[in-house]
Amino acid sequence: MGKCVTLAHGSGGLAMERLIREVFLQTFDDPELARLEDQARLELPPGCPALTTDAFVVDPLFFPGGDIGRLAVCGTVNDLVMGGAYPQSLSCAFILEEGLPIDDLQRIVRSMKVAADEAGVRIVTGDTKVVPKGAGDKMFITTAGVGVIPSGLELGAARICAGDRILVSGPVGDHGAAILDARGDLGLTHSIRSDCRALDGLVHSLLASSSVHAMRDPTRGGLAAVLNEYARASGLCLRIFEDNIPVRETVRGICELLGLDPLYLACEGRLLAVVPEDSAERALTALRFHGDRTDAAIIGEVMAQPVGQVILKTVFGGERILDQPEGEPLPRIC
Amino acid sequence: MCLGVPGKILSISDQKRSMAKVDVAGIVREVSLACIVEEGERLEVMVGQWVLIHVGFALSLIDEDEAHLTMKLIAGLESDALYR
Amino acid sequence: MRYIDEFRDPGAARTLIREIEGLLEALAPPRPLQIMEFCGGHTHAIFRYGLHQMLPEAVEWIHGPGCPVCVLPRERIDKAISLALDHGVTLTCFGDVLRVPGTAGSLLEARGRGADVRIVYSPLDSLALAKALPEREVVFFAIGFETTAPATAFTVLQADKESLANFSLLCQHVTTPSAIRALLGDPELRLDGILAPGHVSTVLGSESFRFIADEYHLPVVVSGFEPLDLLQSLWMLLVQIREGRCTLENQYGRVARKAGSLAAKRAIARVFEPAPSASWRGLGEIPASSLRLRGAYAGFDAERRFALNAARHIEDPAPCGEVLKGRMRPGECPFFACRCNPENPLGALMVSSEGACAAWYRYGGRT
Repeated sequence: MGKCVTLAHGSGGLAMERLIREVFLQTFDDPELARLEDQARLELPPGCPALTTDAFVVDPLFFPGGDIGRLAVCGTVNDLVMGGAYPQSLSCAFILEEGLPIDDLQRIVRSMKVAADEAGVRIVTGDTKVVPKGAGDKMFITTAGVGVIPSGLELGAARICAGDRILVSGPVGDHGAAILDARGDLGLTHSIRSDCRALDGLVHSLLASSSVHAMRDPTRGGLAAVLNEYARASGLCLRIFEDNIPVRETVRGICELLGLDPLYLACEGRLLAVVPEDSAERALTALRFHGDRTDAAIIGEVMAQPVGQVILKTVFGGERILDQPEGEPLPRIC
Repeated sequence: MCLGVPGKILSISDQKRSMAKVDVAGIVREVSLACIVEEGERLEVMVGQWVLIHVGFALSLIDEDEAHLTMKLIAGLESDALYR
Repeated sequence: MRYIDEFRDPGAARTLIREIEGLLEALAPPRPLQIMEFCGGHTHAIFRYGLHQMLPEAVEWIHGPGCPVCVLPRERIDKAISLALDHGVTLTCFGDVLRVPGTAGSLLEARGRGADVRIVYSPLDSLALAKALPEREVVFFAIGFETTAPATAFTVLQADKESLANFSLLCQHVTTPSAIRALLGDPELRLDGILAPGHVSTVLGSESFRFIADEYHLPVVVSGFEPLDLLQSLWMLLVQIREGRCTLENQYGRVARKAGSLAAKRAIARVFEPAPSASWRGLGEIPASSLRLRGAYAGFDAERRFALNAARHIEDPAPCGEVLKGRMRPGECPFFACRCNPENPLGALMVSSEGACAAWYRYGGRT
């Protein structure tokens, strides 16, 4: 095999077969995957099957705390566990740009295997396509994930009630800040690590300790995106206390420097949980104990009014709206 | 306009181009000191100083005494009975 | 974070607000006092920290046009887009301008149509990019008031020193004192005091705003950007009003000095000269309110290099000018939040993080 991905690697011939064998099969090391059939057979434990899909595009491919592969596995697992599912199996489809170094691909695939093992999931089927140089940004990964939700467990915005408490499992904005930090074009040194990790253990620990109404991992658009989605979907008001939201000092630093708001930066290893008021302390203890962090926090409460809005109580006691994100957070000078 | 953030000068990275490495809450960036130095001035004396940074340039040295004075004036209002 | 956290202390803020309330009670003004914060950075801070809600109704903030993005004319965006799409340059700019609407879309939309538009944090990054891509023409879209002009000036000087042939500027630096004069010359604008821009003062010197007190007989305080700075500056204005004084005071002494930055001013004077007048989005033509490259550095002028024609000034379909001049509140604009919102802005005020309309929309009232 040469040093770089070529169009031949996607054309269904010997080159592709070799790539699949030497990179994917060998690294993922899964008996179902090794059958190389067009479909994977799944044996699911009893419960409600859950399916999720996601696509991953990130620049740079490698960043402190992870890479696109780890992001893909953890992101897919997290989408499943946010519904209370026990994740089982993943599929991944790769779109590779001609010229991508095979070493980079191998590193990423190994990283996926590590992340999958951490979360106890199998990668059982996949696909590979190669596009000409310029037609794709190095690598895109699309996944689907299957899990099983225990019977009777129903989480989601519809269960949110006035009086509920809102919790977050740790500091927000780490991943978004890490990506900005890692991009060469802003001239920063790489001191921020992404929080990219699978949350299956944390979620099941939480569910075992406390009643939970809804959970989400604040990815693209950050905390503000999830809070606004919940406010709209539930028809209630989410009131957040700015002072209670944990943010790392370095993330604050990058935000001050670039004029960004950490509440709009992505996380990839945090969860936001909405729990009944009388479960809040138990939930907090579970998050702190399992996550081994003291900065999990109760950050707010759900109220009846104003409908569909997220209100932020500032450190001064004033209140303002925390609006939904407008798009990608852009560094500013003004 | 004018997003400015305080940072501490860690080291001089390029004397000729007046560039320094500046720390903002653990984030380190190269910043130009051209606005706050005279040509030919040795920059090492600046190490440890705090500056106000805007678009990669230090616009001003932050005056520690003035900062204290401002805070003192604000704190002093608590006991100022002038307008009661 | 040092020099930030202490100036965001909630306890001190409460003290200042109590003092301000006490002063206003003693003053008992017959109508709300109209205080203009000229600078967009101040507007942003007022809304971000909810200061407008925490102060008595006896103080009304009039948001000034001191936001270089808000006053960036449509035709200048069009020129930047044309450079990237028609002349194939690598157009570098600050993140702030990416979503500002031109006549036929924004730079972000142009990027979607194939324009090579890249965000930089500093003009020096644009210079570095030009050196890294010798085969490309790299243009830096230089916006900003006098706070940002020194950075551009030093970058041009560096480019000149290195004889960099593939770097040029689309120059859109505007100047503050003339804009303030144009505003204060409006007989319909009635103000009781002004918060002067803290970072422009850092470059030009706080003394450059003494004219507001001397010629227009208004109390003026040069203010920092943290919530305590703004509150203390407001308090200082109210004390002046109480004592019947009209003078310049500097609240931001830890950063802004009387004479400003001599090196910065020298660099600006070396590279730029005042242009006779400039069009400001929403405000029209203002004399002596912008900078252009001096003859010695005209080689770095992208408009010359790429033979761009002069463009007609085009105004927005919304009454942005009225909001910029402080004559209309964002909520009073007929398009606010319905036809004009951050996703589909009719003008620049809804795009810039410092724009009064964006601040109202994002932080305050929608209805």
